[in-house]
Amino acid sequence: MTVTDSPTTTGGVLGQRLLRKEDPALLTGEAKFTADLAIPGALHLALVRSPHAHANITSIDTSAAAAMPGVVAVYTGADLMDAWGAPMPCAWPVTEDMKNPPHYPLATESAKYVGDGVAAVLATNDTAARDAVEAVDVTWEPLEAVVDLEDSLADRVVIHPDLGTNRSYTWDLKVEAEEGAVDRAFADAAFTVSERYVQQRLIPMAMEPRAVAAVPQPFGGDITLYSATQIPHILKVMSALTLGIPEHQVRVVAPAVGGGFGSKLNVYAEELLCMALARKHAVPVRWNETRSENAQATIQGRGQIQHIELAADADGKVVAMRVRLLADMGAYLQLVAPGIPLLGAFLYAGVYDLPQAYDFSCTAVFTTLTPTDAYRGAGRPEATYAIERAMDALAAEIGVDPLELRRRNYIQADAYPYTAFTGLVYDSANHPQGADIAADLADYAGVRQRQTSQNVNGATKRLGIGVSSYFEMCGLAPSRVLASLAYSAGGWEAATVRVLPTSKVQVVTGSTPHGQGHETAWSMIVAHKLGVSPDDVDVLHSDTAISPLGMDTYGSRSLPVGGVAVAMACDKVIDKAAQIAAHQLEADVADLDFAGGAFTVKGSPDRSMPLAAIAFEAFTAHNLPDGLEPNLEAQVSYDPPNFSWPFGTHMCVVEVDVETGDVEVLKYVAVDDCGVQVNPLIVEGQVHGGVIQGLAQALYEEAVYDSEGNLKTSTLAEYMVPAASDVPPVTMGHSVTPSPTNSLGVKGVGEAGTIGAAPAVINAIVDALSGLGVRDVPMPASPFTVWKVINEARAGGSSDATDAAGTEVGDHEGVTARTTVGGGGDESTANEENGSTS
Amino acid sequence: MIPAAFDYVRAGSAEEAVELIGQHGEEAKFLAGGHSLLPLMRLRLAQPSVLVDIGRISDLSYIRDAGDHVAIGALTRHSEIEHSDVLAQHVPLLAHAASQVGDPQVRHRGTIGGSLAHADPASDLPATTLALGATYVAQGPGGTREIAAADFFESFLMSTLAADELLTEIRVPKMDGAGWSFQKFNRRAQDWAIVGVAAWRRNGAAGVGLVNMASTPVLATSVASALAGGASIADAAEQAAAEADPTADLNASVEYRIHLAKVLTRRALEAASA
Amino acid sequence: MEISVTVNGTAHSHDVEPRTLLVHYIREQVGLTGTNIGCDTSSCGACTIHLDGQSVKSCTVLAVQADGADITTIEGLATDGELHPMQQAFMENHGLQCGYCTPGMVMAAIGLLDENPSPTEQEVRIGLEGNLCRCTGYHNIVKAVLAAASA
Repeated sequence: MTVTDSPTTTGGVLGQRLLRKEDPALLTGEAKFTADLAIPGALHLALVRSPHAHANITSIDTSAAAAMPGVVAVYTGADLMDAWGAPMPCAWPVTEDMKNPPHYPLATESAKYVGDGVAAVLATNDTAARDAVEAVDVTWEPLEAVVDLEDSLADRVVIHPDLGTNRSYTWDLKVEAEEGAVDRAFADAAFTVSERYVQQRLIPMAMEPRAVAAVPQPFGGDITLYSATQIPHILKVMSALTLGIPEHQVRVVAPAVGGGFGSKLNVYAEELLCMALARKHAVPVRWNETRSENAQATIQGRGQIQHIELAADADGKVVAMRVRLLADMGAYLQLVAPGIPLLGAFLYAGVYDLPQAYDFSCTAVFTTLTPTDAYRGAGRPEATYAIERAMDALAAEIGVDPLELRRRNYIQADAYPYTAFTGLVYDSANHPQGADIAADLADYAGVRQRQTSQNVNGATKRLGIGVSSYFEMCGLAPSRVLASLAYSAGGWEAATVRVLPTSKVQVVTGSTPHGQGHETAWSMIVAHKLGVSPDDVDVLHSDTAISPLGMDTYGSRSLPVGGVAVAMACDKVIDKAAQIAAHQLEADVADLDFAGGAFTVKGSPDRSMPLAAIAFEAFTAHNLPDGLEPNLEAQVSYDPPNFSWPFGTHMCVVEVDVETGDVEVLKYVAVDDCGVQVNPLIVEGQVHGGVIQGLAQALYEEAVYDSEGNLKTSTLAEYMVPAASDVPPVTMGHSVTPSPTNSLGVKGVGEAGTIGAAPAVINAIVDALSGLGVRDVPMPASPFTVWKVINEARAGGSSDATDAAGTEVGDHEGVTARTTVGGGGDESTANEENGSTS
Repeated sequence: MIPAAFDYVRAGSAEEAVELIGQHGEEAKFLAGGHSLLPLMRLRLAQPSVLVDIGRISDLSYIRDAGDHVAIGALTRHSEIEHSDVLAQHVPLLAHAASQVGDPQVRHRGTIGGSLAHADPASDLPATTLALGATYVAQGPGGTREIAAADFFESFLMSTLAADELLTEIRVPKMDGAGWSFQKFNRRAQDWAIVGVAAWRRNGAAGVGLVNMASTPVLATSVASALAGGASIADAAEQAAAEADPTADLNASVEYRIHLAKVLTRRALEAASA
Repeated sequence: MEISVTVNGTAHSHDVEPRTLLVHYIREQVGLTGTNIGCDTSSCGACTIHLDGQSVKSCTVLAVQADGADITTIEGLATDGELHPMQQAFMENHGLQCGYCTPGMVMAAIGLLDENPSPTEQEVRIGLEGNLCRCTGYHNIVKAVLAAASA
């Protein structure tokens, strides 16, 4: 049989900018988010949360709260200990000796972060529950907070005394062609750089706060959990284990979900409390998170101190690398937190041809802060930031243009598939091509030219351009790779494709949308494979009763794993349909062609049977081949053979006001390659959003804690999620390098923008200020921070700045004259910006 | 989050409002647009026991040409000030400053009287009306009185209004032909200013008001004096922080605020002189 | 206290507690859940509705303050099965992903064009300063509003 998919270019459905099926319900207010569900008789849960980062609970008096109008019950952690079959789950024990303190939905003896739940109020409405929270009287014995990672490592204050240490684990990855290769390479290197970067904590801030409703079926013991979650399938297994309920009695439904970005990839105390209390009271229990709770009690992201060292030969070719990470787990280990920094372990060499001379080590520590976990990119933006910033530092050290240095180090297009130093095989890429497209769109040469006239002595506004090239490493993941990383689950995805009697197609997917447009994209894949209209495809998801098998949505896995599973299920449907067609057309399966939704006998165009007719035959089962089961459906569980490796180059052009420290992004160029694009409209949307989230890390966002562990940015008035007025448009370019590892040629794209953006922005700012002796700017590069960095550089206060003044001497190779500081040292730096500080 | 419980009463007139607030005492508060008060109540940082809603007093919402000044009713919304033809002609600085308050939705509800009475040094209109030499009219149990803007702001979130006085009108001198500039420096457009400068110049006279540079809005009199004495803009701007006493927060240190005040004052004066 | 409002052309009267926020009233008593709540501080704009023809954040208005008002929510835009031109423009330009900020964003965008029918890109960006979106990076939202303006 010859199967012809609909063409991927002209005329075919793949690659079309199809408008989204999801939109009308969302645009009209019809879509139901969890908080929108009408659940008669539901009790409302509210939590008493610790106001201290670290404190022993001396006593809890619930009597006043319990007596308030509308209050049904008040529980302390101790009251509910018998409700738990196991502590809250951490599914990624990355080392055998990883320290993992028991973590229950309500703390019993001591609180470990501001926002840690210590008591639960149930009332007939949300207002009564929250009023009663204020009446619960907790007596605290405050303990010392631990907010600094290096302080935590010193074990001055041990947060979980039973563990005896704040260190959760140390995980090493050393790859050397022969022993001592790294040390020798550094000793022999023509150039080395040693950099320290801080990945500030970020708050994911999905626009929909979390919301939960647990609806029990008191007779029989079944329970349905509605939750604003990215992971209904994982949540079902984990909640059953934690509550000690038979798994088949738990159904989890994710209604419309208002964004996740990793923050809804978890098993949360409130989900378990709603379930436990719904069972206990035999009525539905619901909880709606406020934004302030969201800032404190939903996981946060990033939180790392990175040391990266590069050794390069005389041509600037990177020959060895050392990486040391200190990662902030927060107060407890959430679902996949320990693995997050390690997802980056394989990406510190970026898109560069590093030999086997790599020495990586990550130590994770506890702090008395909100737990961390996956946030868009999860370990990979951090890694990309470090290597892309370090490449700029190396370029400055050598005195070569940063783009030129990247070109010398890129893995070349003809090297793909490329076996990296880690043993991972990168599927396909063409970095020089992406860099060329980006350089064109950003007018890289023109900006370099303009810098010579603009960045002169005394200039108020200095121009800079930053480059970042990245790999995404997405599509989590081949299950065997996950096994080697000690992850407690596989990386497959399930799909069922069912052709109904009237020839409409039903798809059941284990992927779980929360904004990505799965219904549209999956419909297009089915249309492409089966030759039906995308309008005739219905996609069912996010309900474990309808879609019992699935591994959910995170890590840019939906398309390269879940979407490919849908395509494979279509192939199986075609195989079965072919048997029916062959039977009815009285031909051999081998003599059939399938194209455009119909089977035709080769050489006899009049002997044809459309899929619609076959579906009806499969339904009536009146005349099927002997032994063939009725109905036209197929189910696939697909375990990808490899990660998929989207890549790209981003460039950012900024102007920095050196008087105020204000950074204006003049242009942002994103050139991404995610292989074959199913729907470019959706791809572009993913990149736009990702870029702005990465740019927001670079310029705006930080979860700021004081030394007592109080979050100073607990509302959206203080936590700087930027608005349209605060960010630039995104100039897009793309190339298409199909993935050879799957039949669709697709790769993921959800995290690409975020991975590429932060280093491009910071590189641009540092580039703009390099003539003033600035070598680094910490994130977020707020005006205040930029102003301080400029002042320190002018004062020669930081050794970094002094070094930079020295290495900036001389023109960047291949680029016409740039403003330079001159002979180095403080005097000439100060002279350049004569007296404009006060 | 939902505010703590309170009693709610409506006033039909300024007199009634004053009477009601008098009846309910210390824990009562006026509610105008609610865009300063309600966010604090939602976070339960403010828990008044009674709100006296003055939002329905229709005769306190107006912008009138009153000869040498423009008279603005205290309940006039920011968006009305932003789009007022009268103000565009006579006091464009105020119209522009109002356009920088919060965001469009906030400007549709927030009122000038509410903003001034809240006396937040980080708000745009207190410093702007201060720079403009405005006079505020307050009504109390014993009648009305005029308060010069320069005498109005006492300390952080505190004005010289008595608890039972209601701000009813803002009188802003006409500034026809004046050069002006409002420099609002913030990280996101919707935020309060890290530092803001409202400045005007006309015939050798000048006024400069500073946003978020002390516990009250600041009238930078030393800058105006320096200019009157013939100083260059650059030299006068160096005096910008002479009356200021800023504090540090997440977005700025004291030194940075002082530096910004000088830079922004210089830029404002340059723009106002162009 | 008893309040009367018109929501999307339909009159409603309800008894409300004074502290009831307008957004809670609309969602829980009128029963229209399209208007979303995203923050505590009037920052995010997810709850934007039109109150007597102007965009406002319904989380920062008490229901009692809206007594007698004419309210339009996201549910009141589409008529006879046809999307409002702004909703259509958001769809055609992929101006939404998860859709949570969308009702407020659409209401703010309509309010923006009511006041400035032919805005520049920069005016659109500034005009939406009070609405946060975490998915789209705003690029396509701005495009959608410009498309609606020129439609």
